Order: sequence, then structure tokens, then C-alpha cells
Amino acid sequence: MPDVDVRLSKVAKTYGDVVAVDYIDLEVHPGEFFSLLGPSGCGKTTTLRMIGGFEQPTSGLIELQGQDVTWLAPYQRNVNTVFQNYALFPHLTVFENVAFGLRRRGVKGDDVKTRVADMLRLVQLEGFDRRKPTQISGGQAQRVALARALINRPAVLLLDEPLGALDLKLRKQMQVELKRIQQEVGITFIYVTHDQEEAMTMSDRIAVMNKGHYEQLADPETLYERPTTRFVAGFLGISNLLNGRGDGTADAYALVRLADDTMVRVPRGSVTGSGAVQLGVRPEKIRLHDPGATTPERHNRLAGTVRDASYMGVSTQYQVEIAGGARVTVYEQNVERATRSELWAPGEQVQLTWSPDHTFVITDPTPAADEAAE
Amino acid sequence: MGQLIHRYRAAIPWLLMLPGLAWLAVFFVVPNVQMLLFSLSEGTLLTGFTTPPDTWSFDNFPGAVTRYSGNFVNSIVYGGLATILCFLIGYPLAYGIAFRGGRYKSLLLFLVIAPFFTSFLIRTISWRIILGNDGPFLGIIRDVLGLVPDNFSVIGTPLAVVGGLTYEFLPFMVLPLYVSLEKVDRRLVEAAQDLYAGPWRRGGAITGALLGGFLAVALQVGLGYSQFVGETATPGLVALAALVGATAGGLVGASMVSQAFLRVTLPLSLPGVFAGSILTFIPSIGDYVNAHLLGSPKTQMIGNVIQGRFLEQNDYPTAAALAFILMAAILVAIFVYARVLGTEELSGGRA
Repeated sequence: MPDVDVRLSKVAKTYGDVVAVDYIDLEVHPGEFFSLLGPSGCGKTTTLRMIGGFEQPTSGLIELQGQDVTWLAPYQRNVNTVFQNYALFPHLTVFENVAFGLRRRGVKGDDVKTRVADMLRLVQLEGFDRRKPTQISGGQAQRVALARALINRPAVLLLDEPLGALDLKLRKQMQVELKRIQQEVGITFIYVTHDQEEAMTMSDRIAVMNKGHYEQLADPETLYERPTTRFVAGFLGISNLLNGRGDGTADAYALVRLADDTMVRVPRGSVTGSGAVQLGVRPEKIRLHDPGATTPERHNRLAGTVRDASYMGVSTQYQVEIAGGARVTVYEQNVERATRSELWAPGEQVQLTWSPDHTFVITDPTPAADEAAE
Repeated sequence: MGQLIHRYRAAIPWLLMLPGLAWLAVFFVVPNVQMLLFSLSEGTLLTGFTTPPDTWSFDNFPGAVTRYSGNFVNSIVYGGLATILCFLIGYPLAYGIAFRGGRYKSLLLFLVIAPFFTSFLIRTISWRIILGNDGPFLGIIRDVLGLVPDNFSVIGTPLAVVGGLTYEFLPFMVLPLYVSLEKVDRRLVEAAQDLYAGPWRRGGAITGALLGGFLAVALQVGLGYSQFVGETATPGLVALAALVGATAGGLVGASMVSQAFLRVTLPLSLPGVFAGSILTFIPSIGDYVNAHLLGSPKTQMIGNVIQGRFLEQNDYPTAAALAFILMAAILVAIFVYARVLGTEELSGGRA
């Protein structure tokens, strides 16, 4: 077994003047749950469709388990797709939908029956085999689409926003289910979504895509804790970004001088030289203190004024204005200060502190206009 | 009060249907009852008719069938062949417009119905001139190219009648087919391809050859059964037709029909096939203009007989009986057809 299931080499796709996919190199490992995450129009679906064979790349090479499949038709590739709106055959029963691929490949009689029954059991749809797609719910249709693809035992399963049409509760349930099924069958999944939480929950690795290429490819934790671009920092969760310049080292850390000359510690190696950088910190990593209170040693410290406090039940979201006028978002769990009267009030002076280890640095700031959320 | 309003609201759909129902009652039910009475009457226009309840002349029905069975057969054969030809020409056309028409869809559909802007009588008369013995068609293939003997004619043959019917009713086939093909979700075709539905070479070749051969023989026998430039269907001609049809069908089946089409697009377009063939078959089986203008006395269809009995011989009872027999035959045929096509859809196209 090769250690790469799907390899994209310099794959590009253009429609006239529009560049949908911009020279992507990608390797997906066997058994991996791999996600392409990005806003609509970022090229993630086009990339998936090229792997599935529904589109031909304008240039580049697509390999499947070492075999060049760039110009093969969908029916000649050992990959199957779960389509965005399931695309179940409305004139066929659930059984015949699931059996479709087997029949096209010449599997006969009892063999078909056994394998369809097994597959319907895997997706927990026993007893639904004689229903038509119009007679089942969205969640069930989703499972049929999954079974219809998986029964062919493809090398790679492609999923194009498969949970997009489901309501929130069902979506959460299917996320767990999908992960379970993937581990049970051991097939490589390539999953396209615009939902960062969905991608984080299920994926082994995620490629965050923007404008036809991916900005960062890493496991969910790295993407969240150490985003390397403004886009990734903004697309996955909320980030506070502060402008500064590299300014030497101290102890085990590198130092960054902010616009107002405050010095901030960041992990060593994340800044070299004295170029302009942006450093980021997640709202939940910051703690608020009284101006005179002692703060943890070596933590980064900024002074600020509370401008807004929104009570959200599990936590409270603060907007704190720091020197220079920038606003920092802070989430505080409602543990120590649990009632409204105990919360920080707008106008109060506070100190913000956070661990240097929770600071990430973006050395390649892209324009702010790119910061697209969902 | 509230209940009254509620009842009124429930009645609104019925009220809206009222004009249509009234129209049908006056212009469909009443004339049909009148016709039914005529079909059971006896007498002539000169001597006067005796109608039910004074007489119940049920003999009109068996009498009409035996006297005009040949014309019934003509109608069914010509109408059936025209419907099959319309389907064979119309399906690829509708498919092409629906799947490949792009921004020209509306224009192409307009061209399909463009002939309707001229009276069909005028168009049929034009065909009579075009295909006539002194017309441009024979002028080219007979006089210029010398492909056919001097006594060859097209007008007056069953071929001309079937050709006229096919031409006449093709739009009625194309439009319903287009509607149902247009509705087929392209993603379903992609899904089928994803699930290993590739080309359909062997199956397509065999099926195409069988269908092509059958159709060619049906055309040959159907057209030759009465008279086709004096020649009936000889075994040699039938064999030749079968060979040509099978070859053409086999080539088309093997090269142009994919499994995705067979398993997804075709089954999903069956409602259009059903509607289109009924809209083609019913008017063509009752048509008399094409047989009158493009045919000969031997190619008279049942519509010609009904028209003649009514307007020339003033034999209302026989004409009315024939009209009812035709109506009953069509209703039975549609019922059987609906059952056949309906169950196929339900069984889900099992492999």
C-alpha cells in the first residue's frame, strides 16, 4: 500500500478568466479523514470534482494510489462521491439505490442482497430497503447516499458538504456517525465543508482554502493554536490580532514590540529579525484582572478599558479597548463572576494577561479585506 | 360566522372549476350524448331518422366494424408507425435541446413549434406539391439522379401518409419530452457515472439491433401491407429491411447510449414519453387530412370514412357508431399503455 492515496500535483482549473483552483499540491494519506475547508467560491468543490472525475483540470496531475487518473472518467476511477443534495435516484428504491454501483460492476443476485443488507445495517437503515427516496427523511437520505457510495469499497470517498441540508441537531449527530463509520470501514475520506466546526470535529487534517489555493494545511489543533495567515486566524474561530515588530529575545521567548511600545513575549522561533508582524491571541486565552492585582509572572500584560460586556450564559464576551485604540475580544467563563452584578462593567479599567505560549505570530499579513467569516 | 367563512373558503377551488366544468358539460357531454343517440338510430337524411327510445339499433356497431375493418387497421398501423417515428426523431431532438441547448433553448423550442404559425391544411397541401409527381422531390431523385423508375410516385402511398402524420404531430411529441428531460437533475447523471455507469457497448448494440430490425420490418410490412408502388412486402424486402435496421440500430445503441442514460435519464423521462406518445397517437389515429391529401383510396383511414359518412353520404348512424368505436379503441389502448409504462416505473428498472 502506498503511503499516499490521493496526490494532486500543480493542479489548476480555470473557467475563462476565472481561476477556480490555483496550482494546488496536495497529498492525502491512506485512512485519513481529510477536509477541504473554506468559504464558498474558494475552489474546494472544484478540487473535489476533479478528484471525482467530473471536471478535468486545466493543468496538473491527479494520482490515485499511484495511478494517474487525471483524464479518466468518473466510472473508471475507484472513488465514490456523496453529493451535496444526495442525488438519490428518485425512481429506484433504497435497496436499488444502494445496489446501483454493484449491479453496474456485474455483481449478481445473493451477493448483492448480502452486501446491501450489510451496508444498510452499517448506516442503521435496516428495514428501509423498499422505500423510495421521497418516502424517507433528510437524515435517512443522507445515510442512503453514504451507503450507496461506501458499498463499492472505493479507495477514497469524496463528500461534498454532505450535512449542509440537515438541521443543526441532526448535523451534530451525523458528524459523530460519519467519524464512526469512517473508522469502521477504514476508507480515506475527503470532506468538503465551509463549516469550520464540522471540519475541526471530524478531520485528521484540514486544508484551509481561500481563492483557489490552501493557506494552511495542518491538524485541527495546529490550525487553531498556530494559524499562520490572517485568513486562517479569522476563518477558524475569533482571533485578536495586534501589530508589532520583532525586538530580540528574552528567556525562552522572542519579543515583539507593539505599536505603543509594550513588549510582548511570543514563542521562540516564531519571530526572527525586526520585521513587521501580527501577533494573535484567542479570546478565551485572555484573563482580566483589576489594574492593581498581581498577575502571573512572565505572562503578557496589557492595560485596557472595558467597552462592552455581553452576557451569554456559559460565558461573557467583553470588548476591551487597549492603548492605541484597538479592541480586543475576551471570553470569560462565568465561574468566578457568575451573576450580572459581578461582571466587569463598561468603563472599568482592567489588565489583560495571557500566556506567551498561547500567542501566535503571522509574519505574512494579507490584506484585511480577505478576512471572510462564514 | 367563522364556520361559514371556513366553508366558503373550502368551496373556492370548486367555484374556480365551475366555468371549466360548465364548458365541458355543454361542449363535451351534450354533443357526445347526441352522437350516442345517433349511433343507435336508423334512417337517412331524406327519410328522417328514428332515434332512441323509438328504436335501439345496436346493429350499427358490428355492421360498421365489419364494413370498415380495413380502415381501422390503416388507422392503427399508420397512427402507430407515425407515433414510433415521432418518438425516434423527437427523443434525440428533445434530449439535445434540454441537455445541450444552453442559451439557445428558447430559440430551438420556438423553431419546433414554428410550423404551427401556418395552417396545417396549407402545410399538408404544400407537401402534396413537394412530393407530387411533378414536384421538386421526385424532380431530383427521379429526373436528375435517376434513382427511381419513371412510374415511381410518393403521393398516394402509405409512406406519404405516415410521413405526413409524423411531420404533423412531431411537436406534440417533442414538447412533453423536452419538459420531462429538462426536469432530470444533472447531478443524478453524475451520480450514476460515479457509480460505474459507463458506456453500454454490448447491451446497446444488441438492444439497438433488435429494436432497429424490428422497426424496419414493421415499417416495411406496415407500409407494404396495402400497397407501396404496387409491391407488397416480399420476404427479400423484409430481410433487407431487417438487416439495414439492425445495423443502424446496433451502431446507434453501441456508440450513443450510455448506462447512465439507460438507468437514470430514460426512466425519469418516461412521463414525457407517455404524454408525448398519447398526444401523438390520438390525433394521428383519427386524422383524415393527411390520408385525404397525401394518400389514395386504398390508404383511407377511419377518419376519412367518418368524415365521408357524415358529410357526403349523410349516414349519421354509421358515422356516429364508427366515432364511438374509435373512441373506445383509443381509451382501451391508453389504459393498457398506462398500465405497462406505469408498472415499469414502479418496478424500478431492475437489472
